[in-house]
Amino acid sequence: MVARKSVRQQLRLLPVVPSVLLMLLFLAAPVLWSFHASFTNAALTGRNARNPAWTGLDNYSRLLSDAAFPASVVLTMVFVVASAIVGQNLLGLLIAGLMTRARKSVSTLVGTAVVAAWVLPEIVAAFAAYAYFSNDGTLNQLLGGAGLAGADWLYAFPMVAVVLANTWRGTAFSMLVYRAALADVPRDISEAALMDGAAGWQRLVFITLPLIRSSIATNLMLVTLQTLAVFTLIWVMTAGGPSNASTTLPVLAYQEAFKFGDIGYGTAIASVLIVLGLVFGIAYVRLLKGDRR
Amino acid sequence: MHRPAKLLPAKFHPARLLVAVLSAVGLLATAACSAEQPAAENRTLKIVYQKTDSFSALDTLFKDAKRDFEAANQGTTVELQPIEANDDDYGTKLALALRSAETAPDVFYEDTFKVRSDVDAGYLLKLDSYLEKWDDWKSFNEAAKAAGTGDDGGIYAVPLGTDTRAIWYNKKVLQKAGIAVPWQPRTWDDILDAARKMKAADPEVVPFNMYAGKATGEGTVMQSFYELLYGTDSELYDQQEKKWVVGSQGFTDSLAFLKTLYDEKLAVTPAEALDANVWKKVFGEWLPQGKMGATVEGSYTPSFWQKGGSYEWAGYTEDMGVARFPTQRGQEPGGVSMSGGWTLAVGADSKNPDLAFKFLTEALNKKNSLSFTVASSQIAVRTDVASEPDYLAANPFVKDVSELVSVTHYRPATADYPRISAAVQVATEAVITGALSPQEAAEQYDKTVRDQVGDAKVLQK
Repeated sequence: MVARKSVRQQLRLLPVVPSVLLMLLFLAAPVLWSFHASFTNAALTGRNARNPAWTGLDNYSRLLSDAAFPASVVLTMVFVVASAIVGQNLLGLLIAGLMTRARKSVSTLVGTAVVAAWVLPEIVAAFAAYAYFSNDGTLNQLLGGAGLAGADWLYAFPMVAVVLANTWRGTAFSMLVYRAALADVPRDISEAALMDGAAGWQRLVFITLPLIRSSIATNLMLVTLQTLAVFTLIWVMTAGGPSNASTTLPVLAYQEAFKFGDIGYGTAIASVLIVLGLVFGIAYVRLLKGDRR
Repeated sequence: MHRPAKLLPAKFHPARLLVAVLSAVGLLATAACSAEQPAAENRTLKIVYQKTDSFSALDTLFKDAKRDFEAANQGTTVELQPIEANDDDYGTKLALALRSAETAPDVFYEDTFKVRSDVDAGYLLKLDSYLEKWDDWKSFNEAAKAAGTGDDGGIYAVPLGTDTRAIWYNKKVLQKAGIAVPWQPRTWDDILDAARKMKAADPEVVPFNMYAGKATGEGTVMQSFYELLYGTDSELYDQQEKKWVVGSQGFTDSLAFLKTLYDEKLAVTPAEALDANVWKKVFGEWLPQGKMGATVEGSYTPSFWQKGGSYEWAGYTEDMGVARFPTQRGQEPGGVSMSGGWTLAVGADSKNPDLAFKFLTEALNKKNSLSFTVASSQIAVRTDVASEPDYLAANPFVKDVSELVSVTHYRPATADYPRISAAVQVATEAVITGALSPQEAAEQYDKTVRDQVGDAKVLQK
């Protein structure tokens, strides 16, 4: 009886097997390959191209002595904090909150405009952002029209430009998550608080935010991981320049692996990126767990 | 080495955006179609090459060669796979394809400066035994034969053409500043004098442009820094010792020259220089509109302006002049140029190497070589092409730029070269933006080189 039950339970898992296999093949395998390559001197051309040798921790010790690496880690953190955690996340929450109060026509209009940036393929969004921020681009023309002197944004403030561009592109996702979350907040609790004389900000901090806490954690996790991996946007807008001023880890990894053909070193940088993503992921999972306590 | 083709909208525009979205969808659709090609037969040759909207001469060449080759060899299919990308991205894509025997092409377009490292990697088939039996090989000049040679002395690639670099100047701008044309500076100071005169005559004009910074990539070194460095008494790489030179006076002097150009606003602004598309403005706007006095560019320059080029400008034959880039103090040999060029190679893993080489000879026969050389303003590497009237009459500058072969240099194309080149680009960028002095930038370069290639491969001057 017991044995039969467990067989049946195992059979229930059968339909899941193909998807698990596919996940292992297409998600886990490249990660493992990349991790393995980071311990070799694999290269795109030259002697080590086809017969890479095991070099142990050489690539990682090189990372520690490479001045470009810590600078790149800092830029990556700035990019994630400014454009994902603050930009996309807070702006998304703000827009979602305002939309619950706005007239339907206004909220539809705003929602469409925000989602439009998100619907664009990344490469198209990147070109649009380049065209907007470039020296003779839309922003400077608008400023010129208003009688203000612009700046060469991509040259003088490359990080500001890419942070704004990523915020513009990604806010829609947070907005959608928070709209759904806010819609689930029971009205009666809010109303009861109102009856007890709670001010607007008090209702937000003591009622709404705790209730949507798990949505906040999920959203933070998703936008952080997505922003950590942003490459196309930065590559098209600044290519990491000027003088590495916007070279985040994905851009650095690409340069090393493909421009210099040093796949071993590039994958070592990518591995650091994975670890960084894990750190963020664990922090958010703890936030979620705290919620269930 | 400068024909990347990125389609950048000049400004944001809804209609353009729509076009961009639609073309992106179109790209996806074509990608989906090409994945469903019929299974390869035994006698299929896969050809990989570069094609951009400003460089289609090679596409024409391969289409012609495919037609003739398939007609002459029944049962053979030639599968053309153009890669639409700039030089850097083309190189990456090709290298990725070459990594596996499954995806490696039979015949492909290969940059001369990658030949050695790709031979090291075992990607290229040694062609010596094939070339012996190919009569046309005798008509290739010696320098061209050397371009496809690997470290073991064997020949692995057959050149399509070569190029040189020179000063291209707008006669009208120079004359306006009271400079006699034809102009030929003898020293670096002659350049600065002339540039200052142009600036004084018209402050709006960019007198003398030289690329700098990472954005223009190999353009920065090939069309700017090396013209300076190879005209000093120093060098980048010691061929005898096979070591990279650091701490040389010439390196610092070259950086200082660039600093002077940029500090006195004789070149474009640093912000313009660091835009990867600056060269399009040089060819497309500034020189034709008389807003730039001179620039250092390749012998392929007329290909942009001639009929069918990306920036057609009929007046270039009248308005433009070409001059040798001088040495620092006018020392021997009195001029500097840099050469690169592209080749065709056969993949080491080709299943039909004989057929692949046969196709290569079809693609590079006299007729195809001539039309390609003319269409892309290359310097001929076949002596029989070089003496053709069509070649000599292609544009008024063929003779001048061809003569520069006598003072030209080639990049030290070892596997370390891309990193060295990148370090040079970083040094120029630091100097023109004012981040570092020439001395400091040279010291930083020395340190980078030591870190990258190791002390054993460095020669301290």
